[in-house]
Amino acid sequence: MTDEKQLTEAEKQEAAYFARRATEAGIPHPAVEEPAAAGETARTLFDVQEMELNFGPQHPSTHGVLRLVLKVDGEKIVEAKPDIGYLHRGTEKLFETETYPMGIPHTDRMDYVAAATNNHAFCLTIEKLLGVEIPRRAQLIRVILDELQRLSSHLVWLGTSGIDLGAVTPFWYAFREREQILDFFEEYCGARLTLNCMRIGGLPFDLTPGWVERLSEFIDDLPSRIDDYEQLLTDNRIWKKRTVGIGVISAEECIEYGLTGPIIRGSGVEWDLRRAQPYECYRELDFAIPTRQNGDTYDRYIVRVQEMRQSARIIRQALDRLQPGDIRGKVPRVIKPHAEEVYASIESPKGELGFYCVSNGTNRPYRMHCRPPSFINLQALPRLAKGHLISDLVALIGTIDIVLGEVDR
Amino acid sequence: MRVLTPTVLTYLKVLILVAVVPAVVGFVIVLAERRFMGFMQARLGPNRVGPKGTLQGLADLVKLVTKEDLTPGKAEKAVHFLAPVLAVIPALTALAVIPFGPEVRLARRVSTPLYVADVNIGLLFLLAITSIGVYGIILGGWASNNKYSLLGGLRSAAQLVSYEVPMGLALVAVLLMTRSLSLVEIVQRQERIHLWFVFPGLLAFFIYFVAGVAETNRNPFDLPEAESELVSGFNTEYSGVKFAFFFLGEYTGMIIISCVAVTVFFGGWLAPFPHVRALSFLQLIPPFLWFFIKAGLFIFAYIWFRSTFPRYRFDQLMALGWKWLLPLALANIVVVALAVLATPGSTRGLVWLGWIFGSLFAIMWLLAKLRQKLTRRDRLAAVPQSAHESRIA
Repeated sequence: MTDEKQLTEAEKQEAAYFARRATEAGIPHPAVEEPAAAGETARTLFDVQEMELNFGPQHPSTHGVLRLVLKVDGEKIVEAKPDIGYLHRGTEKLFETETYPMGIPHTDRMDYVAAATNNHAFCLTIEKLLGVEIPRRAQLIRVILDELQRLSSHLVWLGTSGIDLGAVTPFWYAFREREQILDFFEEYCGARLTLNCMRIGGLPFDLTPGWVERLSEFIDDLPSRIDDYEQLLTDNRIWKKRTVGIGVISAEECIEYGLTGPIIRGSGVEWDLRRAQPYECYRELDFAIPTRQNGDTYDRYIVRVQEMRQSARIIRQALDRLQPGDIRGKVPRVIKPHAEEVYASIESPKGELGFYCVSNGTNRPYRMHCRPPSFINLQALPRLAKGHLISDLVALIGTIDIVLGEVDR
Repeated sequence: MRVLTPTVLTYLKVLILVAVVPAVVGFVIVLAERRFMGFMQARLGPNRVGPKGTLQGLADLVKLVTKEDLTPGKAEKAVHFLAPVLAVIPALTALAVIPFGPEVRLARRVSTPLYVADVNIGLLFLLAITSIGVYGIILGGWASNNKYSLLGGLRSAAQLVSYEVPMGLALVAVLLMTRSLSLVEIVQRQERIHLWFVFPGLLAFFIYFVAGVAETNRNPFDLPEAESELVSGFNTEYSGVKFAFFFLGEYTGMIIISCVAVTVFFGGWLAPFPHVRALSFLQLIPPFLWFFIKAGLFIFAYIWFRSTFPRYRFDQLMALGWKWLLPLALANIVVVALAVLATPGSTRGLVWLGWIFGSLFAIMWLLAKLRQKLTRRDRLAAVPQSAHESRIA
């Protein structure tokens, strides 16, 4: 008897604690909601009720296992709360339990449509920790792999966000090219998605014979393929109607939210880590950073499509500069960096992807933290979605271009 | 004793319609849709079942019939069952008044027209009976007790009701030219005046077909289904034969819209250019084949739309219907009425109207092409080429 009573007492305290925390944070909580407010909403002219709608985790256009708890008034979104964590795999903890090189394959599984850039960011962090010099050939090949990955990631984005808005055909065109890019990856490292294609200090393999020739043929052909996609979408009235003015976010808000990548560039900020803090040999390559001013879904679309054209230019230049040489720098057999904390980041297709590594002098990191662009960009979704319709929500999920593997890690 | 009395023939025709239309849907239209879309989307489409995939329809049928027929636990059972029936029966009924061809001789002294009934209010009957099909979708969405289905049902309620209005008004403009609601009479009049109504009724046809695509829930107006938004909209909770019924209803709707477009605007079973001697070989093709060729082109247009356009948003769809199509349809009625009144007893007014509409549309098309070219040029000029000119206004 007393046991049970004590338990309920403890429960009560706990509930009161959570209610207090909720009110402090401004989150609606069942225990603190005033009963009068609930009655009022039901007694309007047509007895309108807000409906709570679970958008996902099994929904065709949440791009994975994102769940959004929507409060909708008809089709209008009053509130959208993302509920994440369905794909949580404890990647950051896994890094701590394994040696430095063993961490690279785990990064493949974060942003699984852009594995090469994940590998790159991870390796770059450890290289910064070790102070290793990367041979020039390895740098150039890394740039090529990165940009190919950017292309394939943007192609997935283009196809799926087209489907989200009902345009089915661009999907097939985009995936046709993406398949070819994956073929290049497969030929290089044997995998198509989880590439594991970089090593601390350089690369695991040299390029296969004929790879460069085939790739330059593909890259020269690519701009005309991008023209094809643009023909279907860019000037399409319906496409414009669905994207112009949807999910507008200003440059100031982007900075406050910490948004990076095509989102902030679509809002007019010329922020690209390839230019802002150049890594590898981006400094010597000639490319533009496309920006647009309006910060809506259409501008983010234009920015990404133009980035694809720029990526093709970068690959072209890198291919032209390729000379025979080493593909790995001088790295000790057992990687045991001295105790230090470093942060290194690269421009992934989705934004700033960085790793923060705390080393304690052993062969495993003491702590490894990831700055995933998808996770941070997803924060803006409730702000973007408010007041739009359910149909626009689909466009917005597409336009922030998240991968749930990276959001949940 | 004659076996093939008119009554027996009518029953036979009904039987053939009810048996043939689903087969055409399953074996011809769906296959054509998937193969054409495959072609347009740089992929193959179904090509495994039967030679070149021609038996895919059979495989789909077997799959749909043998699939478990689920009714959600909290669904409104009776309505959930009734909805697919309501979607398909009116669509099949509407086919009764569509004239596929003129009288044909089956045997000596036995001839029959290629339609079930020539109702003197044919067009009105068609509009009335097809709008019953809306109930199937609304009730299906509501009875499923699923929020996404409900949203799909609500969307279709608004969409289908709104688009009936401009569609009806577009057909009114044609009625001014025909002075008859009978579909057979409409075709015969086009034969008599040597003029297809699509020329004086170019605008009416445009409004009719846009509204028709919206009525059948097809791209770019497929909002009640909207896979990427509402999972599958009103039919989310349907499976097996019930789903097949919705499917059949939708495709029969497409057939009806195409057939009415052919009948009312494109001379029905008539061969084109009957008075150009060089093209007289066109008369060798039997009338009912002409009908099917023309209707097939419309079905192809449907497929083409589907692989080209993104989807409208709900409020934009309503704005398009009420703010653009409806005023256009009303203005069109006035213009056509003036043309009919200006030259009483002759069709000269209609011919003039045809020329005016034709040249207007041609000019608009050329302007649109020009604009497309210019924006494309501007866009390509705006692509930054090097680091020094990266910022675009």
